[in-house]
Amino acid sequence: MLSFRDPNGETAKPIKQPPALVIILGRALLFGMDNLLILFAAPIFALQLLIDGLLIGAIFALAAYGMALVWGVMKIINFAQGEFVILGGYMAFTFSKAGVHPFFSVPLATVSLYIVGWLLHRLVIFRIVEEDLFISILATFGISILMQQLMNQVFSADVQTLDSGLDTWFLFDGNVTVLQIKGVSFATALVLGACLAVFMKKTRLGQAIRATAQTPRAARIMGIDTDKVYCTTFALNAAICGACGALVLMTWVIQPFMGLAYTCRSFMIVIVAGIGNVAGVVLAGLGLGVAENFAGFILGAEFQAAFVFSLLVVILVWRNFTLRLKRRYLE
Amino acid sequence: MSRKLRVLIGLLVAIAAVGFVLASPAVAKVEGDTIVFGAAVSFTGKYSTNGKHTKNGYDLAAKRLNEMGGVKVGNKTYKIKIKYYDDESTPARSGQLAERLIKQDKIKFILGPYGSGPTKGMAPITEKHKIPMIEGNGASRALFNKGYRYLFAVLSTSEQYLAESINVLAEEFKKDGRDPSTAKVAIAVENDPFSMDIRAGVIDDAKRWGMKIVIDDKLPKELTDMTATLTKVKALRPDALIVSGHSKGAALAVRQTAQMKVDVPMLAITHCEAADVIGKFGGNANYTLCATQWAPTMTYRDDWFGFAGDYAKRFEKEYGYVPPYQAAESTASVLVYVDALQRAGTFDTEKVRDAIAATKLETFYGWVDFDDTGKNIAKPMVLRQIQKGKYVPVAPSKFAAGNVIFPRPKWRDR
Repeated sequence: MLSFRDPNGETAKPIKQPPALVIILGRALLFGMDNLLILFAAPIFALQLLIDGLLIGAIFALAAYGMALVWGVMKIINFAQGEFVILGGYMAFTFSKAGVHPFFSVPLATVSLYIVGWLLHRLVIFRIVEEDLFISILATFGISILMQQLMNQVFSADVQTLDSGLDTWFLFDGNVTVLQIKGVSFATALVLGACLAVFMKKTRLGQAIRATAQTPRAARIMGIDTDKVYCTTFALNAAICGACGALVLMTWVIQPFMGLAYTCRSFMIVIVAGIGNVAGVVLAGLGLGVAENFAGFILGAEFQAAFVFSLLVVILVWRNFTLRLKRRYLE
Repeated sequence: MSRKLRVLIGLLVAIAAVGFVLASPAVAKVEGDTIVFGAAVSFTGKYSTNGKHTKNGYDLAAKRLNEMGGVKVGNKTYKIKIKYYDDESTPARSGQLAERLIKQDKIKFILGPYGSGPTKGMAPITEKHKIPMIEGNGASRALFNKGYRYLFAVLSTSEQYLAESINVLAEEFKKDGRDPSTAKVAIAVENDPFSMDIRAGVIDDAKRWGMKIVIDDKLPKELTDMTATLTKVKALRPDALIVSGHSKGAALAVRQTAQMKVDVPMLAITHCEAADVIGKFGGNANYTLCATQWAPTMTYRDDWFGFAGDYAKRFEKEYGYVPPYQAAESTASVLVYVDALQRAGTFDTEKVRDAIAATKLETFYGWVDFDDTGKNIAKPMVLRQIQKGKYVPVAPSKFAAGNVIFPRPKWRDR
C-alpha cells in the first residue's frame, strides 16, 4: 500500500493495491493455466515429466533411507544428511580423478562414507544417542556446517560434475528423453532398498537393529551390544548417502553448499513415509519427485519447493484428521 | 574466585588494553611511505573461489605498482599495501568488517568485496563514514539507486549482462527476413538480486523489440535440477533460452540441454568461465553464448599492464591460471584508485572522492567513466560464443572476432 503526504501535512488517501502475495499467486495461476493446457494438448510432455519425476524421486528416496533408519533406531534427526550426500559425490569425484571408472567410484564412495559415518559416531554421535531430540538436532546441524566448510576448503566452491559415459534413450520421436544414468540410479535405489529390507528382516545384525529400535533397554538386557548397533546404523546411513552422492554427481552437479536440498527432501519423505518403513520411503520419494516436477512445470520453478511443502502440510493435516476419526470409533 | 586468579585476569585485561592503545595508531591509512587499502573478501564460504580471484587481482595490482616504483601523491612516492579480512561470504559480516577497517584500522581507502550481496553490506558503512570505496565485483543495480556518493564500480551493472543477446537475436531474425517481434524468449534465472537484475535487463530489451516472453521461471537458490523448465522449453519451442544462476546454473543449463537434447536456437548464459563449461562438457558446450565483463582478447591498454593480453600473461605467470574477469576488474579497481590519488595529490578523502568521480581512464580492463550514481558507463558487456571449444567474441560488433552461429545446430545433426 502506498501513501502520500501532501504539503499541508495531511495524509492523502492511500492508493489501494492488492498485496504482493496476491499478485504473485495470481501470476502463477495465470501462467499455470497456460502450462496446464500444454499438458492437455500434448500429453507427451506429461509423460516426460512423469518419467523424470519417478527417476528423480528414486534418488531422493535413496537419500532418505538412511535418515529413516537413524531416526527410527537412534531417535536422531540427522541434519547433516545432505552433506553426506555431497561428500559422497566428492569422494566419487576424487576417485574418478585418480583414474577409477565412474561406475566403480559408486561402491568406493559408499565404503569411504561408511568409514566417515563410523568415525563421526565414535567422535560425536555416541554422545547424543538417547539424549534430548533438541541436542541431536543441534549437534548434527553443527556437523553439517562443519562439513560444508571443510568440503569448501578441500574441494573449493567450484561446481563439480562427472560424465558417466552413458547416453540418453529417445522415445516417441525424441519427444521423451530418458537419461540412462537416471535409469541406473533408479535401479540402484530399488536394489539397495530391497537389500536393506532383507538385511533388516533376515540377518542377525538387522534383527538386532530392529530390537534396539523397539526398546534399547530390553535389547541390552538380551545381550545386544546397542552401542555397536548404533554405530553400524549411523555408518550404514552415511554409506547409502555416499552411493546417492556419487549418482547425484553423475546426474546433476554438486557444490559444497548444496546439501540442504537433500536434507529437506529426506526429512519430508521420512515424515510422509513414517520411520523404519523402506517401502514407504520408496513410494514417498517417487511421489515427491513426480509432484515436484509437475509443480515446477505448471507453476514455475519458484513454486516447486513451496508446492511440495504445502503438500506436506496437507498430508499431515489429513493424517491427523483420519487418525482422529479412528480414535472416535474406538471410543 | 581465588585471589591469584583475580590478579591474573586483571593483569591480562591491562595488557590487552595497553596493547590495544599501542596497536591502533600503528595501522593508519599511510604508514610511513606506504598507502594501506582495506578490503574484506570472501576467503571462506560459498564465494571463496571468486573471492580468491578478487584477492589475486588486488595483489597483482599492488605488486605491479610497487615494482614500477610506487604511486606519486603530492611530492612523495608511496608503496601500496592491502589489508584483508575474510567476510565469510556473508553480507552482514562485510558490514562489520568495513566498520572495523575504518574505525579500528583507520583505513581511508576501501576496495570492494566479491559479490553484490557483500557489497550491499559494506556500502552503507563506507557511506556513513564518508570513505570512498571502489569495487569491481558488485554488479547489482540496486547498489546504484540509493544515492550513494562514495561508491564507485568499474564493472558493467548486471542488467546489461545478457541484454545484448536479445539484440543479437533480433539482428539474426532480420537477417533471415523475419520480424523480430515474432521471436519467443524463455527466461530461467536464479531467484537472487543479481540474476533478477539480468532478467529485468532482458525483459526490457525484449519489450523494446516486441518479443514475447513465453517462459519466465525463477529457479530456487538450492537449484539442483532444471528438468521441469527444460521440458517446458521443449514444449513451447522458444527462439532463445536465457539462463542465469551463477556457476551452478551455467553447469546445469549446458549439461541438461545436452542430456535432454533440447533444441533451442540460442542459449545464452553467464558464468561460463567460472563453471568451466568447456573443460567439463567439451563439445556439448559449443554454440553457447556467454556474457563476460572482460576477456584477454580485448584491445584496451594502459601504462601499468599494457594490453589486456599482457595482463593475462602476467597474471598467469604469477598465479598459474588464465585470469577470469573477476580478477581483471579487481585489478582495475586498484588502478582507478591510484590514478585518482595521483590526480588529487593528497590523502584528503573528500578530494580523493571528487578525483575518483572525475575519472576518465583507459585501463587494460576497459574505459572507466563514472556517472552520477557511481557506475561505469564507458565499458560495454561482451558476448562470446563457444565455437569449436574456444570463446569467440561475437557482439557488440566493435569487439566481434567472428560471426554468431544461429540457430544452434540441432542435436541430431551434431
